[in-house]
Amino acid sequence: MHEAGLMQSVLDMAADAMRAAGGNELRTIRLRVGALSGAACEALAFAFEALKNGTPAAGARLEMEQVAVRLVCRACGCAFEPLGFHDACPGCGSGTTDVVQGRELELVSVDLAVPGETEASGGD
Amino acid sequence: MSAVGEHWTVQVDKALRGRNDQFAADNRAHFRTAGVFVLNIVSSPGAGKTLLLERTLAALREELRIGVQVGDLQTDNDARRLSGHGASVVQIVTNGCCHLEAGMVAKALESQPLGELDLLIIENVGNLVCPASYDLGEDMRIVLVSVTEGEDKPLKYPTIFRNAQLVVITKLDLVGPAGVDLQLLRENVRRAAPQAHLFELSARTGEGLMDWYAYLRRARSGQAGAS
Repeated sequence: MHEAGLMQSVLDMAADAMRAAGGNELRTIRLRVGALSGAACEALAFAFEALKNGTPAAGARLEMEQVAVRLVCRACGCAFEPLGFHDACPGCGSGTTDVVQGRELELVSVDLAVPGETEASGGD
Repeated sequence: MSAVGEHWTVQVDKALRGRNDQFAADNRAHFRTAGVFVLNIVSSPGAGKTLLLERTLAALREELRIGVQVGDLQTDNDARRLSGHGASVVQIVTNGCCHLEAGMVAKALESQPLGELDLLIIENVGNLVCPASYDLGEDMRIVLVSVTEGEDKPLKYPTIFRNAQLVVITKLDLVGPAGVDLQLLRENVRRAAPQAHLFELSARTGEGLMDWYAYLRRARSGQAGAS
């Protein structure tokens, strides 16, 4: 859902970070994608390949860290990663839990090529 | 420092939806300053958002100054239905965008002075997927699910149910005719939205509406008392 628009934001933000750091070529773009973020990694990867040409990320590699849902039980405080989205607390069986991890959707970092170095583009 | 292939890492740590999040934070600050309580109502298309709002506007118009923003891809049909109940109504036509974003809400506020409102109700585009991920700056996100959508509907859309403060089961009058296992639907709502309050009503027959109005009054007073 909207992965093309999200990926365009990634490319824009990565290029901004590159320019701010004085670089001119992106080598790696790292994302953190939570299971409840509303974005699918496969679709993000597809959008990356479709949109990166002609940008400073043309020769870059996309790395995505997938973040699992993590819940905390309100009844007993147990923290756990459910197998599905709706698991009850394995400690006390309560179904009343809060999401403490899994909503992330972030550009974490970029790797920049050393300025002045030319290398055949194409990455991996 | 000039080895071919050398690179260095720059930390960024920025949310991809940062632009929407900033608009949402600005909206939220404006709402708080003006003392306006804001609801974001989401559901599948056809779950009964507009009819519930028609009833709500009619019931509360003497007590609260209410503003409504309603989002649709096309037409102003919903805005027409909601006008005539004393509320200021703004139709947001998204021209294809499948969800409302905080920037659209901010733009609609240009014709809805917050100083003239106690309660702002935003009826989102009918869609159980995309609105889940876009904060509009609201105080409360409410998911409607009608009894005819299938008892396992809440389990199929984890993100939107997990992000809701309130779930409202609608069209109670159709439980019998549609052969609905209401208890199973309730259980699935509880599994998908353990953090949310649950209401059940029929905007058509009026069943459950009094409790819904009372809840809105309490929620609005609680927020007004806190600010």
